[in-house]
Amino acid sequence: MLTASGLTVRYGSTTALDHLDLTVQRDELFVLLGGSGSGKTTLLRTIAGFVRPEAGRIVLDDIDLSALPPHRRPVNTMFQSYALFPHMSVAANIGFGLRQRGVSRAETRRRVETMLALVRLEGFGGRRPSELSGGQQQRVALARSLAPSPRLLLLDEPMSALDQSLRRDTRAELVRLRRSLGISFVLVTHDQDEALEMADRIGVMRDGRMAQVGTPAALYEAPAGRFVAEFLGAANILSCVVDGCSVLLPGLGLAVHAARPGVNGRGLLALRAERLRIGGDGAVNQVEGVVTESFYAGDALVVSVRLADGSVLRVKRSLADGLGAALVEPGTSVRVGWQPDACMLLPE
Amino acid sequence: MSRAGRRAVLAVPVGWLILLLVAPLAIVVLIAFALPADGVPPYSIGFSLDNLLLVASDPLYRDALLRSLRVAGVSTVACLVIGFPMALAIARAPPRWQNPLLLAVMLPFWTGFLMRINAWIGLLADDGLIVRLLGLPPVLYTDAALYIGMIYTYLPFMVLPLYARLSRLDPALMEAAADLGAPPWRVFLRVILPLSLPGVAAGAALVFVPAIGEYVIPALLGGPQAELIGRVLWEEFFSNRDWPTASAVAVWLLVVLVAVPIAAQWVTRRVRQASEGE
Repeated sequence: MLTASGLTVRYGSTTALDHLDLTVQRDELFVLLGGSGSGKTTLLRTIAGFVRPEAGRIVLDDIDLSALPPHRRPVNTMFQSYALFPHMSVAANIGFGLRQRGVSRAETRRRVETMLALVRLEGFGGRRPSELSGGQQQRVALARSLAPSPRLLLLDEPMSALDQSLRRDTRAELVRLRRSLGISFVLVTHDQDEALEMADRIGVMRDGRMAQVGTPAALYEAPAGRFVAEFLGAANILSCVVDGCSVLLPGLGLAVHAARPGVNGRGLLALRAERLRIGGDGAVNQVEGVVTESFYAGDALVVSVRLADGSVLRVKRSLADGLGAALVEPGTSVRVGWQPDACMLLPE
Repeated sequence: MSRAGRRAVLAVPVGWLILLLVAPLAIVVLIAFALPADGVPPYSIGFSLDNLLLVASDPLYRDALLRSLRVAGVSTVACLVIGFPMALAIARAPPRWQNPLLLAVMLPFWTGFLMRINAWIGLLADDGLIVRLLGLPPVLYTDAALYIGMIYTYLPFMVLPLYARLSRLDPALMEAAADLGAPPWRVFLRVILPLSLPGVAAGAALVFVPAIGEYVIPALLGGPQAELIGRVLWEEFFSNRDWPTASAVAVWLLVVLVAVPIAAQWVTRRVRQASEGE
């Protein structure tokens, strides 16, 4: 549906986008995830037309967007600051895009009512944006960007200005809304939970390039490299030597087993904290260590275990049996165990 | 703070206003109702509407006032038309360019006002640079020279408040309008212009109010036939020593200066309400 190829954007001497390729499918929610300066917002602004790429093409359903100014692109943006027009009513804000496209007054009024109902703001059409709460403003911004029925909606950190509890509800609502409308969304965020929860596919960006693209589960369980493994849900990383499914940990002088073979030679073993267990019973792979500290994270107890070579494993202990059962005193010698399919083998 | 202390602090600005604004104004109004007399001061206290009625009915004063209104109005509109793109360009310029550009707008203030107007006399004179280079008919001592001088002098007063307003506009608003399908001219009409109206009002007031009473520029650059109200006021007061008439002119001028902004505000409110119906 949307295909960007070889996009390059430079601001002075810094390269914001570096020969970037991206494909967004019809009817999907694609999340661009990355830290600040990774180029995710620049990519969004380039698709919208606010940034002119030095090289590359953007094609949407056989329309070459590259040559079109922002107001001619069949794409709408929901801005991070919402950018609601303060001098217009909520209804005029939502109807703005329709009026610009030559939709009649009567038809605009009808469409605005539909959009207000869609975002559950019936009866708010006559208010000013300044008279609404942050969450209501966010919904007006969403309705405004959806009203002209864009082929693709771009959302720039749409939930960054909401408080935590509202954010959680809004995520689910946004996903539901997108499914019912069948419009593709490209959403920019730096929040990995948001990305994992909402996305059909995630593109992790780093230094103006796409580090990895895939479904949330694929990225989380089979990261392509150290950056993605650490950026999405912080992993324990150990140096290793891979030989098929056998993984030698030179620092500990022992080998562990992986479920899938990796690339032979020196590499990295990544282990998710929630896949590790304290107390080895039944686990195929086991190492010994000493508990150095533990902290309570609400939904889990995070325990740090120092291994013989000085490296530290962070283990997430389930609180299914209560906090008392999960607590371990610092200084205790423990075994840390995991199953072969928890091993993620990465290139060095 | 104690009540007395608060009063003492308030006394300074209140005293200042009474001494320098209310009292002189009261004296002017008093003299406008007074009777002319031979002597020092050249009036005797009384209550007569003759002065005010004379100024309102005598074509000399009425025409001068109307001409002043026209000159100030045209100058204000011209300053707006020239100043808006300037202010917008400065507000949109890269940040490191904004201060130098603003400095350039204010640079004329570094030189004395009369010096600059005299420089224009040299430039606009029949053998002056501009007239000779462009091969123009004589410009000096015509309405054209008057307007050039007025616009030149008052342009910074329009640019600065407009810039202050425009530089604070969130660029995302313009982007949002373009994103929703508005071509650049409609982004200007529907977003930039309505949101900069307070700046337009401030700039227009800063130009219109001093422009209507201006008498130096018309005297030095304008034609002798163009008698403006500021000049009339000057002559009544200093040449004819007719203080009551001069005060009556001043009172009428004040009435106009209060009425015009109120009317302008009323019009903009109606325009804004009408545009919201969209």
